[in-house]
Amino acid sequence: MPRVGLFATCLMNLFRPSVGFAAAQLLEDAGCTVEVPMAQTCCGQPGYNSGDFDAARTLAKQVITTFEGFDYVVGPSGSCMATLRHDYPKLFEDDPEWHPRAAALAARSHELLSFLTDVCGVTAVNAAYTGTVTYHDSCSGLRGLGVKAQPRLLLGSVEGLQLTEMPDAEVCCGFGGTFCVKYPEISGRMVDDKLANVAATGADTLLGGDLGCLMNMAGRLRRQGSKLKVFHTAEVLAGMATGSGIGIGDGEH
Amino acid sequence: MDVSSPRFKEKAVIALADPTLRQALGQSRKGFVNKRAELVAALPEFEALRDQARDVKNHVLENLDHYLERFDSAVTAAGGHVHWARDAEEARNIILGICERVQARTITKGKSMVSEEVNLNAALEKRGYTVVETDLGEYIIQLAKEPPSHIIAPAIHKTKEQVSDLFEAAHGGPRKTTVADLVTEARLVLRDKYFKADVGITGGNYLVAETGSSIIVTNEGNGDLTQTLAKVHIVTSGIERIVPTLEDVSLFLRILARSATGQETETYTTLSTGPRRPGDVDGPEEFHVVLVDNGRSKMLGGKFQDMLRCIRCGACMNHCPVYGAVGGHAYGWVYPGPMGSVLTPLFVGLDATRDLPNACTLNGRCQSVCPVRIPLPELLRELRHQQHQRGISPPVQRRALGVWRFVAERPGLYQFANRLAARALKGLSGRNGRLRHLPFASGWTALRDLPAPEGKTFLELWHARQT
Repeated sequence: MPRVGLFATCLMNLFRPSVGFAAAQLLEDAGCTVEVPMAQTCCGQPGYNSGDFDAARTLAKQVITTFEGFDYVVGPSGSCMATLRHDYPKLFEDDPEWHPRAAALAARSHELLSFLTDVCGVTAVNAAYTGTVTYHDSCSGLRGLGVKAQPRLLLGSVEGLQLTEMPDAEVCCGFGGTFCVKYPEISGRMVDDKLANVAATGADTLLGGDLGCLMNMAGRLRRQGSKLKVFHTAEVLAGMATGSGIGIGDGEH
Repeated sequence: MDVSSPRFKEKAVIALADPTLRQALGQSRKGFVNKRAELVAALPEFEALRDQARDVKNHVLENLDHYLERFDSAVTAAGGHVHWARDAEEARNIILGICERVQARTITKGKSMVSEEVNLNAALEKRGYTVVETDLGEYIIQLAKEPPSHIIAPAIHKTKEQVSDLFEAAHGGPRKTTVADLVTEARLVLRDKYFKADVGITGGNYLVAETGSSIIVTNEGNGDLTQTLAKVHIVTSGIERIVPTLEDVSLFLRILARSATGQETETYTTLSTGPRRPGDVDGPEEFHVVLVDNGRSKMLGGKFQDMLRCIRCGACMNHCPVYGAVGGHAYGWVYPGPMGSVLTPLFVGLDATRDLPNACTLNGRCQSVCPVRIPLPELLRELRHQQHQRGISPPVQRRALGVWRFVAERPGLYQFANRLAARALKGLSGRNGRLRHLPFASGWTALRDLPAPEGKTFLELWHARQT
């Protein structure tokens, strides 16, 4: 049985632990042993994308040391996992000691859904969800890791779920990490354009594979007064999408 | 052209509130994007062509001195003249010198982004020359006294109604309201100028080293008239626009029009090789090429060399959601969008352009459509790196990064801080599942609620479950 180290992304760890449990269950169902190292923190992407490559390297070393004993590192985010897969080897390009270790970890690092389908060969899940959903392709997963068909394949096997594609599903939602707080007005226009496309589908649920994008879209929906449900795809695939979704509390079903 | 990039944020906010701009941008960009997608889908070898184009450009950049010298010799052999301009001022002076020598009065211009880059029009007008832009988009913004907002569709920010107003004011009535009538009116006005022109200035999409030819592609034919009817033809071009052979040009023509406007080919592809020869029925008496460096040679051999592959198609800005939201003028210089956010800091300096590399979500759509595979997000990140190293990034961002790093480097502290935050935010949100306001997070909460944590972190819940 492959031994998988589950990468607990910052946003999942703090805001949405249920996504972590959903990921663990999906991995176990696929025949993996799942472990969650307690020494993990952040992948370093905020530093990397802000131009602080030195900070990114320090955190990358921490991740490499923590996870290099596993057969695979898997995380429920295209964004964080693209950092491990693509950016770590680049960060250590000129470092003869760390580059091989970064490259070795990169080759074993995967976004959750693409790992399930492409590595484990999963083609269906045992879950049900009543509703019409639409799926937003988060940019890092889509363009960085080629995550496009995998979530659709697995969602297609969920009983009762109907997928309706939105126009411009591949266009950025306006999150962009710190971009959304540095340029709130531009980000606001982008998320409004995205949500207009979501609304055009008539779907009652919005899904995606990255919590950053999902919190951005859910946060804007809530501000607009919308009750449209927002879930991480893993929650639906694991049969854990039972509540009201991201940004809606128990107090207001 | 003056640099207003320091006012990016302010100009972006103004642009976002402009419904006319939104209408103008929305329609044209969608057309470009959809037509490109259709044509790319219909050409199975498109991805292979992109690889070839990238490789040819890389080869040229590795051997740029050789090809530039070959081009110079070939132009000279064909009876033309090559001028080398180190910077914008030298480029202006070379062109002013030619215009003065031939006692020019009227100067027609085909579209040339390099002439915008070196601020040519202002210099020519200051010396009293009548300068007429002949590309319809350039003509419109010349009437509006505005800079271009897009590198291939300079007036993309104008609606048809705004063009009607401009034409009515400039040409007198009756007011034209259909696109066909507006185009006809522009053609009639411009026709006369072509014949009067002493000097015609165009850009150069490609400079062919083996033949000394310069090539322009247009959809209006204005470039042909500009360069064949004037007594003197001056080509302004960046030093990186060279290709080895005509064979290579055919490769680039296949990807340029598809990437730029979503056409299989532009309507006119015009080759100029030297001045009019004995027996030619038309053509200029003099043929000049001004090769402009203006910062390009500094990019060779460094981290930004890939940017010199750019063929100025505009696909990156057509597909950029930030450009789509704020339009081209917010970027504050000649080149907008992703390619402009890389080039502007390199050409005018990092200090005046602090926002440009940062006003990007690194979503990568620009790179995915770039016909010569320029890794634009990577280059923008590299500029952020240089800002960080030189201390140009905002102090508040540097402090926040410092705190984040201090905590994230210490797993124990990191988890403690997260447990604290999970409880505090959950507590503040009550049973609503979200927060409407949060101190120090107004950038988020100005427009969005913050979905609240569930109360405990994943790591502590997982750990508790295991024991």
